Amino acid sequence: MGYVAVKGGTEAIENACKLLIYQRIKGNSKPLEIRQITNELYLLIDRIISEGSLYAPELAALAIKQTAGDIFEASFILRSYRTTIERLGYSLPIDTKKMRIIRRISAAFKEIPGGQILGPTSDYTLRLLDFNLINESPQKRKNFVKEFLKDINLSNYDFPETFPKIVDILRAEGLLMEGSKNANGFFDITRQSLTFPASRSASLQVMARSETGGLLLLAYSNMRGYGDIHPTVGELRVGYVPVYVKIPFSEGYCSIGEIKVTEVEVIAKFEDSEGQPKFKLGYGLCFGHNETKAISMAVLDGAMQSEKPQMISENQEFVLSHIDGIESMGFCNHYKLPHYVTFQSDLDRLRKAQRESLERNK
Amino acid sequence: MKGYNFGFLDEASKREIRRKILKAIAVPGYQVPFSSRELPIARGWGTGGIQITLSLIGPNDVLKVIDQGCDESVNAVNIKKFINAVTNVKITTDTTKASIIQTRHRIPEEKMNENQILVLQVPYPEALRVFEPSEFETRRMHAEADYSRMWLYLYEDIVTYREISIGARYPVMVNKRYIMDPSPIPRWDIKKLNMAETLYIFGAGREKRIYAIPPYTSVEPLEFEDFQFRVENFMGEKCILCGSDDTFLDEIIDDSKGKRIYMCSDTSYCNKLLISKKVLYKR
Repeated sequence: MGYVAVKGGTEAIENACKLLIYQRIKGNSKPLEIRQITNELYLLIDRIISEGSLYAPELAALAIKQTAGDIFEASFILRSYRTTIERLGYSLPIDTKKMRIIRRISAAFKEIPGGQILGPTSDYTLRLLDFNLINESPQKRKNFVKEFLKDINLSNYDFPETFPKIVDILRAEGLLMEGSKNANGFFDITRQSLTFPASRSASLQVMARSETGGLLLLAYSNMRGYGDIHPTVGELRVGYVPVYVKIPFSEGYCSIGEIKVTEVEVIAKFEDSEGQPKFKLGYGLCFGHNETKAISMAVLDGAMQSEKPQMISENQEFVLSHIDGIESMGFCNHYKLPHYVTFQSDLDRLRKAQRESLERNK
Repeated sequence: MKGYNFGFLDEASKREIRRKILKAIAVPGYQVPFSSRELPIARGWGTGGIQITLSLIGPNDVLKVIDQGCDESVNAVNIKKFINAVTNVKITTDTTKASIIQTRHRIPEEKMNENQILVLQVPYPEALRVFEPSEFETRRMHAEADYSRMWLYLYEDIVTYREISIGARYPVMVNKRYIMDPSPIPRWDIKKLNMAETLYIFGAGREKRIYAIPPYTSVEPLEFEDFQFRVENFMGEKCILCGSDDTFLDEIIDDSKGKRIYMCSDTSYCNKLLISKKVLYKR
């Protein structure tokens, strides 16, 4: 018998859970260490802290291990851990000009003040299987690191404190349409339920923790022609930003650490606002190194600013209601739950309808 | 590269692409569907152009690859590295010495001749996509030469902005029959498509389309009698390196206060002028 609520169902469920654990460990290999996951699967971690919306790389690694690498499940576990943590307060807005940059590019200009910094990226790798990695020895790794670092001397290198924002330069020239300043503070989507039209603050929060594939699908539909954004990546930067909180009962604030984020500004096709044509700006920011996600987010942010939404990527209610991975995967999988009562009711209606139809056709 | 065929693709795939190219040449401006193979380079990064180049290239060809007019641009460097690894052909930066030039977003400043082929990378092969998202519909419009909505789109643009607001990717009429997307080249380069000596082949890998402009074909930008096609205006700015004021210029932000300088987008042409003048141009 399956999982129906008859006698023996409880035991079957317990056994299914045990079987899941057995499945992961039965291969008898060396247990996967959390450190190995954080070191070598760091991009997977970045995706999970972003979709789970909790900046906790080690916990994300644990979730990956526990779920045998199922991204939805791992983000889900992280999200459910997040909800158990008390909300102590809000940080000050982060200032991405102060980012400790590991990568920073602009597609709008060939050269930019502060320079184009490629950083670690797979953009220019050939996507060919590297069979050498099948037997990667610690010695080979050591040799690579030694060779790679031998001519790099960081001690007499002058690191800039800040990098100017490309969009600030365009803004100073009056080329950008200004978004509305949110005078009433921000909307917290974890404490209030979303209403439409949602504020930009709510919209950006929903996208920041959305599922990458879902966000990409909607953004891609816009890029391909079901929409009109025609984005230019004004600037994409990846790096670490300090997080500050206000000290209670005082004017001061202090740093509580730093987080890795990806930030993207896309410049969209210009529009005529109040008789003066200007470029529209789309903004994306998310935890971790997630370029596909941040670009998609910026494209959709631009798309949802359309005054006359026609395509689904421009329809704020449609976009924001369907991009959360935890919600959509949960609902998708709930169809595996027993539905025999509702199905019985449908069966009854169908049989009745068939009888009626036979009667009529007699 | 060990373990891979000359030109990465297998010979049957190359033949299919060459046949589609021949069809594209026979019907100028018409988008020919092709199978579009996977490459070890991501979609949207030039996979249409690369497949055309790989299916045409022979051991004696000389290849030049540019991106935004520049031989050293990251994507150009990467594509050259890949094609060279799988063919071992000679690479040049000199427009006049190349037999095949693959490009993204520019046509070189120097005139190309009948013995050369320019392969253009295409993100959006469909010029009508700006107002019609459905491929089924746009193919019907092309078949029936039903271009009224394109003209209406341009007209509405003029009503809104007193100007046709299309920057790059300016739609053209090829051989007085098909409206074609010339790929995101600047308007500056559009005139080079008309009655050219060179064969132009356009490849869109992601959208799986090949189209072409054979030599000596009429190519006209869409325009109205009273709103004529205009190329980019650099307001008299000159290249800070070679002093040219008759080339397409890159605008570069020189400092955080937003000061701008200008340089030739076609870097190999700029270098050539520099060498012939032997001195840096002084403003």
